[in-house]
Amino acid sequence: MTSSKVKEEKNMNTVYDTAVQDRTEENRTIEQTQAVFQAKDFNLWYGNNHALQNINLDFNENEISAIIGPSGCGKSTFIKSLNRMVELVPIVRTEGDIVYRDQSIFDKSYTVEDLRTKVGMVFQKPNPFPKSIYDNVAYGARVHGVRNKKVLDQVVEKSLKGAAIWDEVKDRLNDNAYGLSGGQQQRICIARALAIEPDVILMDEPTSALDPISTTKIEDLMHELKKDYSIVIVTHNMQQAARISDRTAFFYQGYVVEYDKTNVIFDKPKDQRTEDYVSGRFG
Amino acid sequence: MELINKQEVSKKLSGRLLLNKVLKYIFLLFTLVGLVVLATLLIDTVLDGWRYLTPDFFTSYSSSRPESAGIYGALIGTLWLMAVTAPIAIILSVGTALYLEEYAPKNRLVNFIKVNISNLAGVPSVVFGLLGLTLFVRLMELDSSVLAAALTMSLMILPVIVVASQESIRSVPSTIREASIGMGATKWQTITRVILPAAVPGIITGIILALSRAIGETAPLIIIGIPTILLFTPTGVLDTFSALPMQIYSWVKLPNPEFQSVTAAGIIVLLFILFLMNSVAIYIRNKYSKRF
Ligand SMILES: Nc1ncnc2c1ncn2[C@@H]1O[C@H](COP(=O)(O)OP(=O)(O)O)[C@@H](O)[C@H]1O
Ligand SMILES: [Mg+2]
Repeated sequence: MTSSKVKEEKNMNTVYDTAVQDRTEENRTIEQTQAVFQAKDFNLWYGNNHALQNINLDFNENEISAIIGPSGCGKSTFIKSLNRMVELVPIVRTEGDIVYRDQSIFDKSYTVEDLRTKVGMVFQKPNPFPKSIYDNVAYGARVHGVRNKKVLDQVVEKSLKGAAIWDEVKDRLNDNAYGLSGGQQQRICIARALAIEPDVILMDEPTSALDPISTTKIEDLMHELKKDYSIVIVTHNMQQAARISDRTAFFYQGYVVEYDKTNVIFDKPKDQRTEDYVSGRFG
Repeated sequence: MELINKQEVSKKLSGRLLLNKVLKYIFLLFTLVGLVVLATLLIDTVLDGWRYLTPDFFTSYSSSRPESAGIYGALIGTLWLMAVTAPIAIILSVGTALYLEEYAPKNRLVNFIKVNISNLAGVPSVVFGLLGLTLFVRLMELDSSVLAAALTMSLMILPVIVVASQESIRSVPSTIREASIGMGATKWQTITRVILPAAVPGIITGIILALSRAIGETAPLIIIGIPTILLFTPTGVLDTFSALPMQIYSWVKLPNPEFQSVTAAGIIVLLFILFLMNSVAIYIRNKYSKRF
């Protein structure tokens, strides 16, 4: 898909919105979708720094939810809270709750390894392991006990195809992943995340280190992935949020200023600060 | 007005350039002093000991007659010592490094321990000899056995390997740790599948350099009472043994001047082993460096 086609689709969304019939249809689909994540009065501190304040957000199934906001407003902190990676920082303390599919992720009986198997993550900088492409993608399956070579082969092929990079690497699966370009590495990382067959994929500025062509490829890929996965993406690129997401949350200084359907956030935001931010007046 | 007088500058330029050139040669001279002394020492030793480096030299025990003296006993003893020291030292130090870097909480006590492990690396080997004598030889009643010496040597090289391993583990980027943990891998899986494979070249380099230090050490062996001349080789870790540096040390004390050449031959063997180990370490370091 080219970027012009992406634009076309965004225009189509706007057309949808103004057409009354279509709007009711869209409302119906939204009612049908279920929340995968619900943050309930969620607070987080780094030592004394109250980094997230009373976050209440629902992310829906099979949607792309975008988190935007100026640098340092807590986007990464929040997305890393969803798979509890934020707890790797020892001084972190949380209050309130995050519910994943009707279960609190902070529940004592819920192990983080289990959560992270269902909630995969793609990071800002492509971070493949210094291993072969094959071993990178097979990593998750192996960690979860898959030994059978045939099964692993299938997992690797399916995931690489899912990440739209199979054709580029199928002849050199045993080469080190470090030999690939940044954009290819990031798609390897997406394939690696897909290989554990997650339910939700978290992406923290997945294209910020990439060139425009790789960025387009990954945005196109996300449109495809949305059919099978729920995606939460942090981006400081507002055009990207507008292009790809269904809903957008605007974070500012640790709290959610506004959360709505993406076209509402960009076309008729309710809060002045949201309007200032999306129109590029600050941030 | 110009603040810098261009004419003055060019007048003084030649002087600056001259000083620059002179200093370059002076420093080259300093470097050469070290190199020349080292080369003289090496050449002298090689010339002196060369004719004793016969096959018999490697297959016979030490003897009171220089022409039939060999290093067989000492060489086998050193191999025993290294074979027992290496696993003890590696397991203890890599385990310590993993704990300190991956598991230990970040607090003052742990920091204190980390600093002191680096300090331990600077403790003279005699002190480790005394520790070994008290703890292993006397208290644990291991006598002057391979095991007692190996435990002593392990403690001596432990800090070196710990520090090298820590640095190596720390240099594994946190981004790939996060990638592993983010996929639901446990900490242990992350360590064995991602961190150790990435850190292993640095760890091995540290191990080899530490072992090559242990191989040449004499002081701790003297203190724990390892015999200088022994006409049998150990058959188990509780047997006593002799080692290359001990053998060299015992020959050099003998009055017969021919033994100086035998000593030189022993030194050549020891140096060759050291050289080999260091080459392997350098090879590994160059081959695997700059991977991130
Ligand atoms: N590891 C950390 N330790 C302490 N404070 C942190 C850490 N990471 C982020 N913070 C703080 O939390 C706030 C939010 O940061 P972050 O979530 O990274 O923002 P964003 O991703 O929106 O740029 C900032 O004030 C930042 O200084
Ligand atoms: Mg961030």
